[in-house]
Amino acid sequence: MNRLGYLIKSGITGIFSHGLMSFATVTIIMACLIIMGSFGLLVVNINEMLSGLEDENEVVAFVDDALTLEEAEALQPLIEAVPNVAGVEFITNEQAMEDFQEDYDPELFEILDSSTFRHRYVIHLTDISLMSQTKADLESVDGVADVNAHLDYAQAFITARNIVSIVSLILIIILIVVSFFIMSNTIKLATFTRREEIAIMKMVGASNGFIRCPFIVEGLVLGILGGGLAYLIEWGLYNLVTGRIVTGVTGTLISVVPFSTVMYPLLAAFLGVGILVGVVGGSSAIRNYLKV
Amino acid sequence: MVQMNNVRMIYDSSGTEALNGVDIEIHEGEFVFLVGPSGSGKTTIIKLLTGEVQAAGGEITVNGFDMRRIKRRKLPKLRRTLGVIFQDFRLIDKMTVYDNVAFAMRVVGAKSKDIKERVPYVLELVGLKGREKRYPQELSGGEQQRVAIARALVNSPRMIIADEPTGNLDPVRSLELMLLLEKINELGTTVLVVTHEKELVNAFSKRVVAIDGGKVISDGMDGYYNYE
Repeated sequence: MNRLGYLIKSGITGIFSHGLMSFATVTIIMACLIIMGSFGLLVVNINEMLSGLEDENEVVAFVDDALTLEEAEALQPLIEAVPNVAGVEFITNEQAMEDFQEDYDPELFEILDSSTFRHRYVIHLTDISLMSQTKADLESVDGVADVNAHLDYAQAFITARNIVSIVSLILIIILIVVSFFIMSNTIKLATFTRREEIAIMKMVGASNGFIRCPFIVEGLVLGILGGGLAYLIEWGLYNLVTGRIVTGVTGTLISVVPFSTVMYPLLAAFLGVGILVGVVGGSSAIRNYLKV
Repeated sequence: MVQMNNVRMIYDSSGTEALNGVDIEIHEGEFVFLVGPSGSGKTTIIKLLTGEVQAAGGEITVNGFDMRRIKRRKLPKLRRTLGVIFQDFRLIDKMTVYDNVAFAMRVVGAKSKDIKERVPYVLELVGLKGREKRYPQELSGGEQQRVAIARALVNSPRMIIADEPTGNLDPVRSLELMLLLEKINELGTTVLVVTHEKELVNAFSKRVVAIDGGKVISDGMDGYYNYE
């Protein structure tokens, strides 16, 4: 067996010869990743929901009754030129009435003529936090009679998004710090039981690289194992919880991000963190014993 | 081989002066006993020779390595020229006798073919033929120390340093072990034995260096432990 083969074999043998500590390390890595992952997925869903609601939050600019259809249509370039306008859709008074008839009881509109409705522009904004200014800018366009914008809703979304962003950032940082601390201490504990082995290696002339290599291999395997198992559990948990939400009463109110959308980034994150913690934890844990 | 000139050693943590102007010279092929009471500085000398600690002053050369200026990354190379044996054997319990010895060769990057040839030879040399598959806890103290000697020998070091090698052995096993070290010395390896066992030292006509209070108080070829 060549030197590299021996070192890899030593690392893998080390996992089984210190089975209990290996089990503890994998369990801790799994637990920390599942907590972080679950919280991360919660944040992704909240953000997705807010983003969806923001997209629905549109501004409607009503055209002056005095303008003809052609004159009303001619306003589009002026409205598009208003700062913060992302998209504009022109709706004639006839289309507006049809839309209302679809959404409400058609009988209600039988006695009404389409001229009851105004031509209008449905406008989507780039940044809803600037809605108030954009509303004022739209009102100043000649030919626009009135602008309907839900400023209170926009403000609520902005506040909610800010709170979610700040809270999630703080919690994720705390969770990462705590997780790394727990995981590195577990690995340090596992290494402590092998300090005598390391001392013997040093005594017979092993280089630091030779001593470190099996620990890195061990950390790598434990990290992949912990990250992989945590991912599978997270997958199952997510599908279980979101399945209940979608099929329950709340499913009509809340939409969830399908797991398939996040599966690859999540897998990369779980394996990445698992490997990072395993390898960095494994090699840093023996650093003190290598100083002799 | 070993040259110590006016070596001083002070432990930073306690401020204790462990060595105060030690001069020792050991030549290739010598067998030397280093004797002295507890706390005299014997273990400090071994730590200095193996590079575990750095001297506060003086000059030390071991197998061509300048120990005052040696870089940390060079220490494994120095240690490969030495075979160290301890009182408590320091074997890896989870490894068989064969693996404990082979391990020392793997550490220095020996080929499998060489390991398969060399390990049985060394085990036979120390009288452990047939014990290859045993684990350390299945062996007597004397046998465990022989495994430690085999491990120290397997890489053909230029020098064997034995720190109280008979401390955990009965008088008969102690004598057997010293005879084994003498045999190893006759085969060309320099041997330095640290001990405080007067009868054992006096049973061999070898050079005896006595140390006390961090100083060499006698150094003679008369083969007697003349420090009381």
